[in-house]
Amino acid sequence: MVVSIDSGAVLPSAKVAGGAVVEVPLSVYDLTVAYHRKPVIWDVSFDIPLGSLVGVVGPNGAGKSTLLKAVMDLVPRASGRISVFGQPYRQNRHRVGYVPQRESVDWDFPVDALDVVTMGLYSQIGWCMPVRKRHRQAAMEALNRVGIAELAHRQISQLSGGQQQRTFLARALVQEVDLYLMDEPFAAVDAATELAIVDILREMKQRGKTALVIHHDLQTVREYFDYVVLLNMRVVAHGPVAEIFTSENLQKTYGGRLTLLEEVTEAKRRRERSL
Amino acid sequence: MSHIALCGAAAFLPIWISSIGLTSAYPPAQVESQRSITDRTVTWPTSGQWQRVLLLEDYNTRVVLLGTTLLGGAAGMVGSFTLLRKRALMGDALSHATLPGIGLAFIVATMVGGDGKSLPILLLGATLTGLAGMGAILLIRNLTRLKEDAALGAVLSVFFGAGVALLGVIQQMTQGHAAGLEAFIYGKTASMGATDAKLIAGAAVACIAVCLLFFKELKLLCFDEGFAGSRGLPVVRLDLVIMALVVVVTIVGLQAVGLILMIALLVIPAAAARFWTEKMWRMAIISAGLGAAGGMVGGGISALFSKLPSGAMIVLVCATFFVLSLVFGSARGVPLRLIRRMRLNRSINRQHLLRAIYESLESSNSVPNDKSPERRPITFDELLRRRSWSGGRLRREIRRARRDDLVEVHDEGVRLTTRGLEEASRLTRQHRLWELYLITYADIAPSQVDREADAIEHVLKPEIVAELESLLAAAITGVPASPHGLSSICGETNEAS
Repeated sequence: MVVSIDSGAVLPSAKVAGGAVVEVPLSVYDLTVAYHRKPVIWDVSFDIPLGSLVGVVGPNGAGKSTLLKAVMDLVPRASGRISVFGQPYRQNRHRVGYVPQRESVDWDFPVDALDVVTMGLYSQIGWCMPVRKRHRQAAMEALNRVGIAELAHRQISQLSGGQQQRTFLARALVQEVDLYLMDEPFAAVDAATELAIVDILREMKQRGKTALVIHHDLQTVREYFDYVVLLNMRVVAHGPVAEIFTSENLQKTYGGRLTLLEEVTEAKRRRERSL
Repeated sequence: MSHIALCGAAAFLPIWISSIGLTSAYPPAQVESQRSITDRTVTWPTSGQWQRVLLLEDYNTRVVLLGTTLLGGAAGMVGSFTLLRKRALMGDALSHATLPGIGLAFIVATMVGGDGKSLPILLLGATLTGLAGMGAILLIRNLTRLKEDAALGAVLSVFFGAGVALLGVIQQMTQGHAAGLEAFIYGKTASMGATDAKLIAGAAVACIAVCLLFFKELKLLCFDEGFAGSRGLPVVRLDLVIMALVVVVTIVGLQAVGLILMIALLVIPAAAARFWTEKMWRMAIISAGLGAAGGMVGGGISALFSKLPSGAMIVLVCATFFVLSLVFGSARGVPLRLIRRMRLNRSINRQHLLRAIYESLESSNSVPNDKSPERRPITFDELLRRRSWSGGRLRREIRRARRDDLVEVHDEGVRLTTRGLEEASRLTRQHRLWELYLITYADIAPSQVDREADAIEHVLKPEIVAELESLLAAAITGVPASPHGLSSICGETNEAS
């Protein structure tokens, strides 16, 4: 879509740079999600730039996974707007690839690695249509890209943790999308897998893809990412790693004190009880 | 053992017990039906009866057995999805919740002067309360913070209790003839007619067709709900499809299998099939096949011996399949897995022993070579220091290695044979190559290498060793020195060539 600059009516999710409209892969505005009336994320707003590798960093229970799920409409949101390439998620679903947490599935399931990767193509294949040879070939290529093509026919519980993570990555790669949402791809993987994933992330960036990656290891943030979102129920800070990833901001994100939000929630609960 | 197998066994035990115990808790269903397909003698069937059932001479037998076979197939197919979705017990709650519906339908139909035992009316009532039971479970789960198992247990027993109470009320009623309703509790093919069997067959075929049509989507849902949702699959509606399939199979199966045992047909074939394959589509087909065989054989036995309720027979036949699968299953059969693990452990132990001997030789600079081909014996105590094994375990491993002609035992200690030396240097070389690879390419601190190398090297194939060699500069031809220095007696390692 072309938006003229002089009209002044620039879409909220499209930024104008040097006279050309640059798409914003993901824009989150005022997002609040609550489970059982307890807010998990509160008034979260940020944009991420096209072609960047974005790390989402924050303590346990900061709502990082919930943020990803809310983006994909997997959990109901209490309020807020999310746009993916300028449109609601369900209209641009085909441009987004999701890599869930490894522990979120039962690896004892009777499928092999190739089957799992092929699942990335199911929505392209369409309802009730069979998986064809070319789909399996595409899945094989994706497995090859993550370096475990020779394990294609191994039942998934026979794979190591790192290999399982690579299988999940391959399932997202096979979809050929523009925005990747990854939930802790580096959690408990071996060193070789970590390097392989970083290589793939960099290759994605070169091809103009964007990735939002939940990350736990603070020491590698500077090395892996060029943009960072510091999250602890609300966004503490977001922006280029060099500016934002400071010890002061980290202190705010991980600081031991109750956050203001928790204090308010606690006060509210006390009042409710006394009524 | 796999989770699924445990689940299957857990489901199967109480069913076995209930099938034995309940016959005394409920009066045996003595249905005085005109449509009975067999003679009602307790004695061994006559040759004529055998012939009639086995050769399917009787039209009614033919149709009824076709019905139970297809029912078993459909339940097996649907069951493989519910098992993998970890909702296997939902079917149990549903089937128990059908009993009050059957009672109510009978009472209402009789009150308004209709036929209380008309099958469509009874099944309609069963469906309604069955669904109400499932709704109650979902409601309890979502409104309170009780877990699903608690909700399931509460609803299942309350609905079943209400049903038993209603049947009691029906016994007291002056109008209507209630005999035969108990058939729904544990199934009686003898009370089935050709029309009933055709209904079962039609519904079963429809269920199998739905499973096959949406196979790919249901598989994705069962494996990874979150990912399925992110791709835009309607997760909730697909779950409803699975539930609807369970409802249909359960309702049409009430007559043949009975509401107490229906769950067995949904769980046991699927759990048994899991022992045979690591592929979902094969599991579904095997499960359907086992269910169908169970339905046919169990229904046949019940047709021959009219005192044996068909539900119990079908379940016991399926349970036999389950036990056979557990023992002989080609993919996850328990004995097979134990044997495989034992073999792997043995080969790992042997590798450790040979490497310990080799490293002892290295540390005293006495690895045999062309100049000094003598193979120095290593004392038992030194080996014991190198491996954190108990003396008994070390002795056992030495005994095994000796049997395979890898070591000789002398008074001074353990000595490698020529063959043993070859094997030991090969293994040590492989181990060191792998360690070097880990250090060179994966940035691991040398002090951590040994344990990881231990874990992986035992499964190294020759191709991988070749690849490692080419990666790690062709310069290394002999046994490379240990990259982390051996924590022992002598620091110097041998320059092997």
